[in-house]
Amino acid sequence: MNRASVLRVGIGILGVILLAALPLLNLRIPGVLPGATYEPGTLQLLALCLLIAGLALSYHVLFGLAGLLSFGHALYFAAGLYGLAIALRHWQMSLVSAALLVFVGATLLALIVGAVSLRVSGISFAMVTLAFAQAGSVLVARNPGGLTGGEEGLGLDITNIPESFVGVVNTRNLYWISLAIAIAVFALVTWFERSRAGHVAAATRENELRVRVIGMQPYLVRLLAFVTAGSLAGIVGMAYLLVQNGAQARATSADFTLTLLVMVVLGGVGSRWGAVIGGVVYTLLDQRLTALAGGEFIQSLPAILRVPLSQPLFLLGTLFILVVLFLPGGITGTVARLRSGGSVARARATLEQAGGAESDGMEVEAR
Amino acid sequence: MSTVLLLAITGLGLGALYFLVASGLSLIYGLMGVLNFAHGAFLMFGGYAGYEVSRLIGATTWPGFAVGALAGVLTGAAIAALTELLLVRRLYERHIEQVLVTVGLALALGALASGVWGTDAIIITGPDWMSEVTVILGARVPNNRFLAIIAAVAVLAGIVLFLKFTRYGLIIRAGVENRSMVTALGIDVRKSFTLVFAVGGAAAGLGGVLASQYYTIVSPHLGPSLLIFAFIVTVIGGLGSLTGAAIASVLVAMLQQFVNYYVFGLGEFAVVLALALVLLIRPRGLMGRVAA
Amino acid sequence: MSPELILSVRNLSASIAGQQVVEDVSLDVPATGVTALLGRNGVGKTSTIKAILGLIPRRGEILLDGVGIDREPTHRIVQRGVGYVPEDREVFAGLTVAENLKLAQRGPDAHWDVVETLFPDLVQRSAQLAGTLSGGQQQMVSLARALLNPNRLLLVDEPTKGLAPKIVGEVADALVRAAELAPILLVEQNLAVVRALARDVVVVSGGRVVHTGPAAEFLDDPDLVRRHLGVHGDAPESAAAGAVPDGAHPTEAPA
Repeated sequence: MNRASVLRVGIGILGVILLAALPLLNLRIPGVLPGATYEPGTLQLLALCLLIAGLALSYHVLFGLAGLLSFGHALYFAAGLYGLAIALRHWQMSLVSAALLVFVGATLLALIVGAVSLRVSGISFAMVTLAFAQAGSVLVARNPGGLTGGEEGLGLDITNIPESFVGVVNTRNLYWISLAIAIAVFALVTWFERSRAGHVAAATRENELRVRVIGMQPYLVRLLAFVTAGSLAGIVGMAYLLVQNGAQARATSADFTLTLLVMVVLGGVGSRWGAVIGGVVYTLLDQRLTALAGGEFIQSLPAILRVPLSQPLFLLGTLFILVVLFLPGGITGTVARLRSGGSVARARATLEQAGGAESDGMEVEAR
Repeated sequence: MSTVLLLAITGLGLGALYFLVASGLSLIYGLMGVLNFAHGAFLMFGGYAGYEVSRLIGATTWPGFAVGALAGVLTGAAIAALTELLLVRRLYERHIEQVLVTVGLALALGALASGVWGTDAIIITGPDWMSEVTVILGARVPNNRFLAIIAAVAVLAGIVLFLKFTRYGLIIRAGVENRSMVTALGIDVRKSFTLVFAVGGAAAGLGGVLASQYYTIVSPHLGPSLLIFAFIVTVIGGLGSLTGAAIASVLVAMLQQFVNYYVFGLGEFAVVLALALVLLIRPRGLMGRVAA
Repeated sequence: MSPELILSVRNLSASIAGQQVVEDVSLDVPATGVTALLGRNGVGKTSTIKAILGLIPRRGEILLDGVGIDREPTHRIVQRGVGYVPEDREVFAGLTVAENLKLAQRGPDAHWDVVETLFPDLVQRSAQLAGTLSGGQQQMVSLARALLNPNRLLLVDEPTKGLAPKIVGEVADALVRAAELAPILLVEQNLAVVRALARDVVVVSGGRVVHTGPAAEFLDDPDLVRRHLGVHGDAPESAAAGAVPDGAHPTEAPA
């Protein structure tokens, strides 16, 4: 290990210690956090940020690493979320066995859907994943046999949940679980990225032909990335159930997958930290903008300002458009660019590459 | 027998709606390689514009409905043209970023509609004839189905004639096949991009007005749900093929209607299953070209 | 720049999908006659043509009749009077022959008479879909699209590729006629055709120009030909090579 990586690991450990200690501290960041860091409301928001960051990381494996533009990633998150809720409420399983069953279920789901969807690439792939996610969404809304609770959602059945994970007083435990899961997902994604499979996945994104030439199957590597991302999303979904105290139908919606894409692009495509930062920033913005929308200031504005400003998704969508147009590397890309003086063009190139082999109309001269 | 007929005509009506959305998606994708996520928002605003304008004139009168439909068409076309000029054009040839921008626009416009008209569905009324039924061989078919079918056939005919007999149509057909060769003949193909967006937006706007009659409501969810089925239709039909979109619209809607009626309301799942089958057997879709 | 040049390219480089395909090409095309662009497979001849037209991202200086066109989009360059016959013909398969030509017509003063005399076959087939034509017929459509307009320069990329010997002769005849109307920069593998048509040659290797000079001088030097093209004089490996267009010979017997 060289000095730089020792430094990086050191900073990482310090960061984790700081994050783990937050529930014991009295830190306030006005405008960003609703209260002091030891308060349950703040801790719950922070736990959400961590979980969404984990989810964004799993999406990064698909989009940033393997270059697969999926519009249906929320399906596996929802599978974890609803799967656990159903196993606990309707089948009265213990938390551990329910979690194992749901993990296997979400992984199998990702395997089946991935095996079919990866038959096509590029834009068709995006649409097909969207269609499968929509089927999931319809299933949840239909509420078959009263299983999912339909539009109402499904509350967490706490019968088989250890007491230390229940109730407002134990929010800090849930926060620590969320932190542990976020760190575990980060570690797993890092490991996957650095593994041989990860390198090949990145290579298929850039040059499918070259991967074929060295005798690897791009399909299998992509499927591996797809399943990895799906099972990680399932894990995050299960933790989300505990933190949010229930499952909401919104988690299955196409909008939710799209917001994942927004997060990753906002943070910076192709970088793990980009996904993490995108997830955290998005969640904080969403929460704070919602709070702001109900606030006196916005409610006192004339209708032409009040109506758009009271819709967080309108502001986030607009922000997203602006980032795509003017800050192609997202937050991390812009920071890196400011530090190294790199060009917007290079950041754009990275983003285009992340989209996979979409450079039609320009075939390489093959003669 | 009368049930089958009712399902078939209703299915055709639904297929007509799908086609109104899918035709624009397919043309835009075929010519520009842009997957337009905001297309559902064009439809939704078309529906709301139709609602507002026909309310002013009288929602239950035919002039009210006709002017409302016209407003829906113009709104769809205007928003679509602006989208192309202000957002998509800036990212020429950057397909992923173009998709991202339309995703952002879809989210923002959906939220804007929720802000203006609320998240709850608004009940739509039309001329009395629309909510009445016509009895055909014992099947009681709601009249708005016929209107959707007639409109979709008219739009299909109009687009085909436009593509076949105008200079821009010629450029668009050639551009769908080989865009760079069109520019190499000295034609600024980008001029036709705005046009294609506007035509697609107009069809979607009309689709919005008719969909709100079909479902008797207009809501912020109208766009996204129809959009997803239109995506399925374009993939099954073959990306970039107008004929494929027309055929697949009818097939998908029929499948959905019949399965919904006979197999415990599983129509949506049958459609997704059909999509999976098409991908496994024929990944480029029914009428798709070999290389996208 | 001397006035008798129609096209002057300096330090042209170009890339496709991030890969450099043209390193540093400088070449001149005289305002009359045919200039052949030669080189082995994959050295970037087609890419050079595409870069001149702006069909792929490029850098360098390109002057058309003394006016810089290196920053102009493709359609502008073509509108300045550049006709393009692409490799593999690229006719619009789903359009009829008539529609292919109508699309290509750039202004009111189109040379319909030229097209009708050179390609009487196409007039008969005007309602046929271009995709259903034979390779030779498609090449005629592609040539006709370019010759239809008044041009200052023609860029013709491998017009005889994959064609039967008889058709090669017809294409070469059409090019002789075309060269009377506008100067041509021609990419061609068939050295017999090159010998019949070209006055000058520009030889590319490794993305750079390695030889320029009169065509006959180059083709008559077996060493040069072997070194730069890897073939022997007028006997390249392709079967179509034997087909020497009739009546279009400036020189006789092979070297």
